[in-house]
Amino acid sequence: MQHFSPSGLSVPSPSTFTGTSPSRRTLLRGIGGAAVLGAGIPLLSACGGSGTASDPKTVTLGSKASDAVPKKAFADIYAAYKKKSGITVDVNTKDSNTFQEQINSYLQGTPDDVFTWFAGYRMQFFAAKGLATPIDDVWKTIGGNFPEAMHKLSKGEDGKYYFVPLYTYPWAIFYRKSVFKENGYEVPTTWDDFVALCKQMQKDKLVPIAFGDKDAWPALGTFDQINFRQNGYDFHVELMAGKASWTDAKVRKVFDLWTEILPYHQEGSMGRTWQDAAQTLASKKAGMYLLGTFVAQQFTDKAALDDLDFFAFPEIDPQFGQDTVEAPTDGFMMSKSPKNKTEAVKLLKYLGTTDAEDIYLKSDPSVVHAATGADTSSYTALQKKAYDMIAGAKSLTQFMDRDSRPDFTSTVMQPALQKFIRDPKGVDSLLSSIERQKKTIFASG
Amino acid sequence: MTTNTPTKSPEAAAVPPSGAAPAGTNKPSGHRRLLTRRDRITLGFMAGLPTLLHIALVWVTALASVALAFTTWDGIGFDSIKWVGLDNFKQLFNDNPQFWPAVEHNVIWFVVLIVIPTPLGLFLAVQLDKKIRFSRVYQTAFFLPVVLSMAVIGFVWQLIYNPDTGLINSLIGANEPGKYIDWIGDPDLNLWAILVAASWRHTGYMMILYLAGLKGVDPSLREASALDGANEWQTFKNVIFPTLRPTNTVVLVVTIIEALRAFDLVFVFNKGAQGTELLSILVTNNIIGESSRIGYGSAIAVVLLLISLVVIIPYLVATFRKERRA
Repeated sequence: MQHFSPSGLSVPSPSTFTGTSPSRRTLLRGIGGAAVLGAGIPLLSACGGSGTASDPKTVTLGSKASDAVPKKAFADIYAAYKKKSGITVDVNTKDSNTFQEQINSYLQGTPDDVFTWFAGYRMQFFAAKGLATPIDDVWKTIGGNFPEAMHKLSKGEDGKYYFVPLYTYPWAIFYRKSVFKENGYEVPTTWDDFVALCKQMQKDKLVPIAFGDKDAWPALGTFDQINFRQNGYDFHVELMAGKASWTDAKVRKVFDLWTEILPYHQEGSMGRTWQDAAQTLASKKAGMYLLGTFVAQQFTDKAALDDLDFFAFPEIDPQFGQDTVEAPTDGFMMSKSPKNKTEAVKLLKYLGTTDAEDIYLKSDPSVVHAATGADTSSYTALQKKAYDMIAGAKSLTQFMDRDSRPDFTSTVMQPALQKFIRDPKGVDSLLSSIERQKKTIFASG
Repeated sequence: MTTNTPTKSPEAAAVPPSGAAPAGTNKPSGHRRLLTRRDRITLGFMAGLPTLLHIALVWVTALASVALAFTTWDGIGFDSIKWVGLDNFKQLFNDNPQFWPAVEHNVIWFVVLIVIPTPLGLFLAVQLDKKIRFSRVYQTAFFLPVVLSMAVIGFVWQLIYNPDTGLINSLIGANEPGKYIDWIGDPDLNLWAILVAASWRHTGYMMILYLAGLKGVDPSLREASALDGANEWQTFKNVIFPTLRPTNTVVLVVTIIEALRAFDLVFVFNKGAQGTELLSILVTNNIIGESSRIGYGSAIAVVLLLISLVVIIPYLVATFRKERRA
């Protein structure tokens, strides 16, 4: 009866052809499968955490830094802390995607004392659910290290601090200096200049804007930029929080502007990953690319990397200028009932210093300090520029999937924006569909 | 183990067994026991444990999922479960732009699998059944995709379809601006592109099923039809194919199941983006991940369950009826 196995691998013997039980089994499997999907999730909550008995000399820390570079960078911080304080940081690293997907059950189970997470709504959500401990006492010590914008990002909706930022990086439009020089292009600062430059690049047989939206999140970044340039930071925040309406004429205007530059985006974007799109910029086939500084990871050739530069997304409404920067920030939070709270607080105080950030950046130069007054002498030119851009920002945003409900962005916005890119004319019905779905999602606690 | 089998006479069974099983605390009075206490415990354990597991892992979870379909729940704490009645289903049918396309794609998936790879698999099986040389080699070659994991198939075909560096676009020169063919992203193309990959695999599966069925056909039937002067096609159409009836039923059910549970290939291919939405992917997207919409996802799962039931129940009824007649 094995030929009904989900993997469909086993070869049936002829005698099974008259069998009757397989269909019953399949039926039950169908029911079971559906149920496990639905009800199995809370059962996972028992699986999180390292569960070691509390040892006064140890703080446990759950980490999503599974890639080699960040993993080593974090490990260096903990090693330095051990040397300094004699406290061992017991790190429990999980694959970063898995960590994010399981965060719900992880925090409800037996989480580690401290865990790595993102600033913004994604942090506030768990703070509001009572799954994190407020750390105002930590901020009494480290508050002076951070600019006002970081203070805002680290607070929950109740005004208490829940988050210690470690590093940040901006989103901007990347280009190759040599390409701009050869063709005599100038960095556009206004929307009209930007559109004119796109037109010129197209004439020069360049792809004006490299684009890959196969993973569905890059388009969220384009929306963010146009929205806060056109409508300002406050409206952007309201929209992300589900308060402003998606059928508002202001939102419609964003999509009109987007439609204007859509023809200058790289064709076939739905089937292309951001890595492949970055390659077209690296190989000088494309003129510009809107992404985070992590785009530099795709520039493996040293000369090409030195040739890489970026500028802030051009101004649209002079009232807002270029005052907002999208700067996703990563850092740490404390779980709801840490086993070793005293030491966890001390560790967080250390993680909120420029020293800890310095150690991190030594191993991972694709990001910049979250703290002000850091030593930037060892920065690359790109890092310096990124740091100044963030330091000079009036407001910082995190990215749509960090500033809004993740369920809304992943199940509604990602497919909706993909649809828009395919068919920009259907924007009205698309926006009312987004608004309807938004209402139900944001209403459901 | 000493077992007092039911073949023993009732008198013998009434005598308390020696050794392993101690005399029961209450002597059998009204009716006589055929099994020792230990046998009963063993039996109870062997039947009870699977039953318990089955109930806990299949029925309780299934019913919990159905119940959750009428609630909203973000998966954090049981007190956040809120009863919303039919809201999830209303939203699903009226507001979700991905739901109806997903149903449609599941149906297309089934129709394509039954129309293209199934006859092709039958054709290959008939050819391989003719005792040609290297039959085993061909069988292995055609069956190989079935052995591969769906995820692997997804990766392999992704390399073929990649719009910039993929095999097809590189060969036909469609990876330049202006001539782009976006096999993975274009909603008019991507479902068909994936179905080619799915059919490639399904053909081998069908071939093996039919080959096994053909091996079971009585050779004397062929002889008889040859003696009656039937040609090859007539023999196949009038004699062989009717005897494959049980196989056809299995093929049908397998194909329906394949169409309903289609997931892995698409998920690897493009995560069910526009053009390739499937019910199974909608369930996953809504349930897995942070601040998940478990109630809403369960509602989709319930729809999928109902569709499965509509398909499976008639089949079950038919087979049970046949069994009773036999």
